[in-house]
Amino acid sequence: MAKEKKKVIKNGREDLTIHFMPYSEIAHEDSVGRIKKILGIVLKNKIVILQGRLRSDEEAKLIENSMMLIGNVPGFAGIEIASLSGENENRSLFEGVRRNIAKILVGEQDAITVIGPASVVKDITKDPKKIELMLSRK
Amino acid sequence: MIKIVRNFARRIFSGVFKKKGEVKLGFYGSPNAGKTSLANRICQDWLGEDLGSVSKVPHETREIQIKEKVVIERNGRKIEFKLIDTPGIATRIDFEDFMKFGMKKAEAQDRAKEATQGIIDSIKWLDDMDAVVVLIDSTANPYSQVNITILGNLVARNIPVLVVANKIDLKKSDIKKIRGAFPDYEVVGISAKSGENIEEFYEELFKLVKKV
Repeated sequence: MAKEKKKVIKNGREDLTIHFMPYSEIAHEDSVGRIKKILGIVLKNKIVILQGRLRSDEEAKLIENSMMLIGNVPGFAGIEIASLSGENENRSLFEGVRRNIAKILVGEQDAITVIGPASVVKDITKDPKKIELMLSRK
Repeated sequence: MIKIVRNFARRIFSGVFKKKGEVKLGFYGSPNAGKTSLANRICQDWLGEDLGSVSKVPHETREIQIKEKVVIERNGRKIEFKLIDTPGIATRIDFEDFMKFGMKKAEAQDRAKEATQGIIDSIKWLDDMDAVVVLIDSTANPYSQVNITILGNLVARNIPVLVVANKIDLKKSDIKKIRGAFPDYEVVGISAKSGENIEEFYEELFKLVKKV
């Protein structure tokens, strides 16, 4: 079951909802279902923090679908997205093989992905080790 | 997944029957990375004409632009390219951002609408490329999800890719950072605007074509 945590931005501004989504919530969905589920939450002006990451073709489809919604959903200006992989550059050969097998079997679960509506998330900056969200003050 | 397998099979078969020498070369990247500038540079070098217009306002290219029969010669070897310049891929399009460049609301809204369609087209065209040059602004943070998504999709489709770090003529340019961000790829630093290092780019382009 997804856990939701509500945070109130100070100074009387709008509530900000962060939706923590465990990988199990999308593991049995097909690509369409995954994208639909994520966009459904983002369209409610919530930020999704997903355990794991989408496949690259699913990410492209998510961007494509977001573009189709711009102009058709009032106030929607697209998404901001960033993934942080659990990859360790100094991993051993055995560790690399183990990770690749695990990725094929259960998906890349040791990554984290942040997806938010562009109207709420002004910018996401990322470096190899961290993701920073800059939120809009609306 | 089925689509990727189908595209892979199509690439194998089209490769067998393809006219030798014709290479569909796509230019991908974020808005303002310099895709059209590089395509123009190539067209100027080999045809003496531009492919498209460039601007500081993002999303200047909002439609796929194609230039056929671009023959590039290197060390006595000639290769015919079909250059495909794609609109920059972004995850957000806000018409208000265009208004900051002095556009009126209606004009900005039109540009935003065209830009969203351009991004959709860019993604769809990924399936049709023989090889792709991914342009990255070497003055900007390379860890954008757009770059990672584009590269991931090209790898999944088994399309050879060359990463080009553009704008090396600018002070803020940091090509080491680009190489650090994409250690699995060949990265060549150029300035599409000034032509700096363009010979090395052609060298790498010919190496890329061998993988097609």
